[in-house]
Amino acid sequence: MKKGISMNKWKEKGMSAVFLAAALASILAVGLICFFLLANGIPAIRKIGLLNFLGGTEWSPTDTPPEFGILPMILGSLYVTAGAILTGVPIGLLTAVFLACVCPKKLYQVMKPGVELLAGIPSVVYGFFGMAAIVPLTGNSILSACILLGIMILPTIVGVAESALRAVPVSYYEGALALGAGHYRSVYHVVLPAAKSGVLASVVLGIGRAIGETMAVIMVAGNQARMPVSLMKGVRTLTANIVVEMGYASGLHREALIATGVVLFVFILVINLAFSVLKRREGK
Amino acid sequence: MKKQMVQERFMKVLTSAAALITMGILLFLAGFILVRGIPYLKPSLFSLHYDSENVSLMPALLSTILMTLLSLVIAVPLGVFAAIYLSEYARKGSRAVSIIRVTAETLSGIPSILYGLFGMLFFVTQLHWGFSLLAGAFTVSIMILPLIMRTSEEALQAVPDLYREGSYGLGAGKLRTVFRIVLPSAIPGIFAGIILAIGRIVGETAALIYTAGTVAQIPSNPMMSARTLSVHMYALSSEGLHMNEGYATAVVLLVVVALINTLSARIAKRIGGTA
Repeated sequence: MKKGISMNKWKEKGMSAVFLAAALASILAVGLICFFLLANGIPAIRKIGLLNFLGGTEWSPTDTPPEFGILPMILGSLYVTAGAILTGVPIGLLTAVFLACVCPKKLYQVMKPGVELLAGIPSVVYGFFGMAAIVPLTGNSILSACILLGIMILPTIVGVAESALRAVPVSYYEGALALGAGHYRSVYHVVLPAAKSGVLASVVLGIGRAIGETMAVIMVAGNQARMPVSLMKGVRTLTANIVVEMGYASGLHREALIATGVVLFVFILVINLAFSVLKRREGK
Repeated sequence: MKKQMVQERFMKVLTSAAALITMGILLFLAGFILVRGIPYLKPSLFSLHYDSENVSLMPALLSTILMTLLSLVIAVPLGVFAAIYLSEYARKGSRAVSIIRVTAETLSGIPSILYGLFGMLFFVTQLHWGFSLLAGAFTVSIMILPLIMRTSEEALQAVPDLYREGSYGLGAGKLRTVFRIVLPSAIPGIFAGIILAIGRIVGETAALIYTAGTVAQIPSNPMMSARTLSVHMYALSSEGLHMNEGYATAVVLLVVVALINTLSARIAKRIGGTA
């Protein structure tokens, strides 16, 4: 009897240690990712020089002497992301309002799975769609990438904004109605402002998705490593820079591509921070 | 009064139009892929061996299944155990918990290309695994870890405390309560999360190109390179020679994703129905 109890005790202790270890895995993963990206990227930035790397307008890694300026790609990522926000956010927000405040139940049972399907479609499939349906109209260009990314961040915006709208107490809406406002006026002037933090969080999450998107952008943006000149010309993003050249890069060139990843990582960390601040505010 | 009516109508039109556009995009996209791809779904596309003649997607399909299974074997126990710790063992609001939450949130925000870079630097180069199924699976399993942790934790927390108290009342220990009472009740929710994770693995490309590589073969051991369906599609598009077969592959992917979504929604609904 006594032996049984001590066995149990050991089991309890052992398993709780296993659970704790599993929980610490995510910390380990983040640590390893930071370490390996920085350890392999920072030396290149040192060799090239931070200003030359971030501010250089010339990317010609195979020339002699090579040039490693990633400003074109930084701007490319920013332009494409801004374009995606401009196209995706208005449609996404209005769709979220429709789903949360207007949609009849029957229609909702069709539309909600529809939006979820849009979220589940792999980015290569979006890329194929973009190549065949958007590129013939607008070319391999910034504009094509903006349109495609706008579509791709739609489900993110709709999902997060919808749940933010649903979290607003019904009494807000009813109060507005009681004061004589119409249905839509109540929704847009009372409910939507009340969901402000959540709505902003959805936009920030959309920015994160857009700036990190890789495959679909590569397939429609043209990927020329030069300063973006016009909406109708090609562009290369930070993500594309890594995938397009990693296959054959070596030496400093390869390190410079990893350093490109480090720059992207910094962008993402800033976006993550903004997102969690907004979410915390929403929780209050 | 009339001005208000006009405004109401305007906002109504705008809102409905946006909803219409969203659904229109989905229908157009799905229709476009289906129309382009279905005519090329020929039997030769499913032959066991890939060559540039038949552009078979079969090796990629099998590799996708293997990649998914391997990734789940790694990520599911880790994620579920972590969730058990967070929900059953950790003191609420303790320092460790908040750090774990922050890191999990960070992980879920990292784009797949950075996972790919990390996997290449760590698993492929540092551990000398080379481009392999195993390196790809480990990379992807880190990527889906936060998703599994979050959905499992939600599922565990949805189990009423009455169950736990009842179990303790009957003399069961903590571990027994967790495995016999709490975990079984949370299984549907955990399962729904796993299905979502499968969707992400199947659709992943950027994290796999430089970890699992792009060789079109059926891997006979986990140290061999393998391309999944999504990577296969990207390879076809960058070669540019077999676009039609690419669309056919897209059809297969689209069907898989639709199935996964339906399954996950079904399960979620069943949970909602019983709770």
